[in-house]
Amino acid sequence: MTSSGASANAGRRDFVFRAIHIVAGAGFASLVPTTAARATPDMLREAIDKLVGSAPVRAGRVKLDIPPLVENGNTVPMTVSVESPMTEADHVTEIHIFNEKNPQPYVLAAYFGPRAGKAAFATRAKLSDTQKIVAIARMNDGSFWSDSADVIVTIAACVEINE
Amino acid sequence: MARALINVPPRARKGDIIEIKTLISHPMESGYRAGYNGSIIPRDIIRLFVCEYNGVEIFRAEFSPAIAANPFMSFHTIATESGAFTFRWTGDNDFAAVETTSIVVE
Repeated sequence: MTSSGASANAGRRDFVFRAIHIVAGAGFASLVPTTAARATPDMLREAIDKLVGSAPVRAGRVKLDIPPLVENGNTVPMTVSVESPMTEADHVTEIHIFNEKNPQPYVLAAYFGPRAGKAAFATRAKLSDTQKIVAIARMNDGSFWSDSADVIVTIAACVEINE
Repeated sequence: MARALINVPPRARKGDIIEIKTLISHPMESGYRAGYNGSIIPRDIIRLFVCEYNGVEIFRAEFSPAIAANPFMSFHTIATESGAFTFRWTGDNDFAAVETTSIVVE
């Protein structure tokens, strides 16, 4: 085989590869209904920045309790508790939960006062993928504390339609 | 009105921290799912939950589409006086639900 034949061959191979990519890409695009169908770690960071501004977020005091492996992403139980005396002088005012890979980064924002007695709550969320969950608490002195947890989701939410 | 389950201890000692659990039936349609014909099912979620104890707000939660269907919420308060708890859920498509329960504090 001549050298020109080899290069023509290479060119053809390249074309086939590209065609496969284009077809695969088009197929994928038709499966995904919206362009921004999924939050990214950047969106998570943006959402957190929007909440805390330039204030530092320290790890600790917050405890985010999620099972590390969940079978069904449609209902993922989670409990958040914050170490705080919950007095008029020292209490938690807000707890925010964020996710990394759902279509949007917010899960829940809870607002407390000293009358709560205990800075803790439990709820159930939908998770579309294996991802990181972040909880951030704002104290009445304006400081932020956080905790995060990684969750492995075997069956994602928002996949099947049950009507 | 949507069905809601509320669990508040019927009696408590003054100063005790009590746990309140609520569950309301609601699809919490996220607005990101496609229906059978490929079109997006429009968003229909509860956006806000507020609990008042004798007219004073003690807990508030803003929900996002990432909250599971039939939202469950558990939280705490200090039993200060006998009276009523009011629970309010509001959301898309003018969704509104109100429930009340009473507590005896001794």
